[in-house]
Amino acid sequence: MAVEQPLTSPTGDQTRIHDIGYRGYDGPRLGRSYASRSLYSQSLRGAYGLGRSAKSKVLPMLLFTVMCVPAAIMVAVAVATKAHELPVQYTRYAIMMQAVISLYVAAQAPQAVSRDLRFKTVPLYFSRPIETADYVRAKFASLASAIFILTAAPLLVMYVGALLSKLGFAHQTKEFAEGLVSVALLSLLFAGIGLVIAAVTPRRGFGIAAVIAVLVISYGAVSTLQAIANVQNHTSAIPWIGLFSPVTLIDGVQSAFLGATARNPGAVDPSAGQGVVYVLVVLALIAGSYGLLMRRYKKVGL
Amino acid sequence: MAGVTTFECVTVIATESLSKRFPRVTALDRLSVDIGPGVTGLVGANGAGKSTLIKILLGLSPATEGRAEVLGLDVATKGGAIRERVGYMPEHDCLPPDVSATEFVVHMARMSGLPPTAARERTADTLRHVGLYEERYRPIGGYSTGMKQRVKLAQALVHDPQLVFLDEPTNGLDPVGRDEMLGLIRRIHTDFGISVLVTSHLLGELERTCDHVVVIDGGKLLRSSSTTDFTQTTTTLAIEVTDSDAHPDGTRAVRDALHARGVETHAEGAGLPGAGHILLLTAQGEETYDLVRDVVADLGLGLVRMEQRRHHISEVFTGGAENSGAENDSDERDSDERGSDEQWKEAVGHGG
Repeated sequence: MAVEQPLTSPTGDQTRIHDIGYRGYDGPRLGRSYASRSLYSQSLRGAYGLGRSAKSKVLPMLLFTVMCVPAAIMVAVAVATKAHELPVQYTRYAIMMQAVISLYVAAQAPQAVSRDLRFKTVPLYFSRPIETADYVRAKFASLASAIFILTAAPLLVMYVGALLSKLGFAHQTKEFAEGLVSVALLSLLFAGIGLVIAAVTPRRGFGIAAVIAVLVISYGAVSTLQAIANVQNHTSAIPWIGLFSPVTLIDGVQSAFLGATARNPGAVDPSAGQGVVYVLVVLALIAGSYGLLMRRYKKVGL
Repeated sequence: MAGVTTFECVTVIATESLSKRFPRVTALDRLSVDIGPGVTGLVGANGAGKSTLIKILLGLSPATEGRAEVLGLDVATKGGAIRERVGYMPEHDCLPPDVSATEFVVHMARMSGLPPTAARERTADTLRHVGLYEERYRPIGGYSTGMKQRVKLAQALVHDPQLVFLDEPTNGLDPVGRDEMLGLIRRIHTDFGISVLVTSHLLGELERTCDHVVVIDGGKLLRSSSTTDFTQTTTTLAIEVTDSDAHPDGTRAVRDALHARGVETHAEGAGLPGAGHILLLTAQGEETYDLVRDVVADLGLGLVRMEQRRHHISEVFTGGAENSGAENDSDERDSDERGSDEQWKEAVGHGG
């Protein structure tokens, strides 16, 4: 557009808009993988309300702040009291803040997929070079990345704070890395569950309610059952019950393999065998939700 | 590429005994048709198989049997390459209300593989060409139906395709918007050099816009011919008059007066709203309009409306045999026209 030279009109009228006619496009067409990456970045930005209305930025930014502020406070306390250890372990942080994460997933998973379904934009995507799998992968990856940013940012705050207050570098780095692996797994799991639920309904409200129900209510129910088991001295059952909610699943995996302490009532760590079951269930859920999304979008088509 | 270009000069879309069967329905039944460059209308009643055909041509739905090529590329194996060079405007709403037309079309341009800068430039150009100016920065939610249709058209054209599929682009538009959209479709070919396949269930509006019309019904090809062959079939006039004290049934008075002057009126399809008050007759030319005006004036009645009837495609098929029979009675038609009437009958018989 910048190279357009306005035609000099004989009357000297400079404000006229000239119709310069249709110009074709001979430039490069970057194809399928570029289109997938564009969809990924657009969806990831959309998950934080960037490139969307001011109103849709409020909630994600608010939740992001809520996630980071406690971490900053902990660092401040640790520095002020010259503690030898951060008040909260890296792996424990996400479990502690699980309600905030669930709320974020509930708000953003429908945003990622229900909108396209509700306004029937999906056929426009599939009339372009990308395939069903590209669409599903781009949406899955973008939501998982968004959740990872949400959960990893406070860990980074804690890590930087810990290093600044000269806590042991090797020890902190190892724990930070374990924390990152844990939240990466959590991001994939929550993104998968959130997207599968949201992709079923074009109604955003239903999507939000259903995601909250699955993530928060299942955690509440499992915790209650574990508390009952603990009171009645069936402590061996506690890890098995934990398999039935996403939050306790991640808790189980990290307390079995990533040096965390289980947050369940009675603080029963799963055994190595149970840990393997936990990992398998988490991986099966992630793969299963990918499969379900593929099936769903094969049907939506045009 | 040279091979593609030469092929394109001959045929843009070619199907060969293309069939699509669902468990209960046969959507396409051994459809063989060649479509050249230019504006081609695809006409059929709802459920005739138009959308199924577009889906197959975009490489999104495999054909049960037969084959099809778009721009010389096989739909079964080169779907991605086809979709890179083809634009698609769906029939239904497909626009998110909370983003602006510019943002939306830029995003869709990138989804077609255009680099970011090119996507923005092409978006500005394309929106201007479809007639969206300052409003393109406002959220789409506040647009009128006509403006939304333009945005849908822009996203189909933004990557400068060689061919666009427009599915019912005039749906929901008022007469002015309809004419503007048809003019725009015409320009897509004449000014932009892009071939167009446009579907509609209104034969009347397509014959004014298209070079070529393909009629399908029940998944079968009824007719594929250049639009000049169609023109004489649609000059049906609809007339509505008021009643007066002298003529309590104005409609009947006009019908009798016209009959006395040798103009036959057609039986109006029963059950339509206002059926008893609208007269249908075949206009032979300018003189028919004058005759109607004079007859109505002589009777002292008010002429409420006199309009060219747009043919609904199903109307053409169900009333076709009857109408062409009536038309053959008049001796003013030359043998050429009668020939095409016979084709019509043949086509209708084939469809039944």
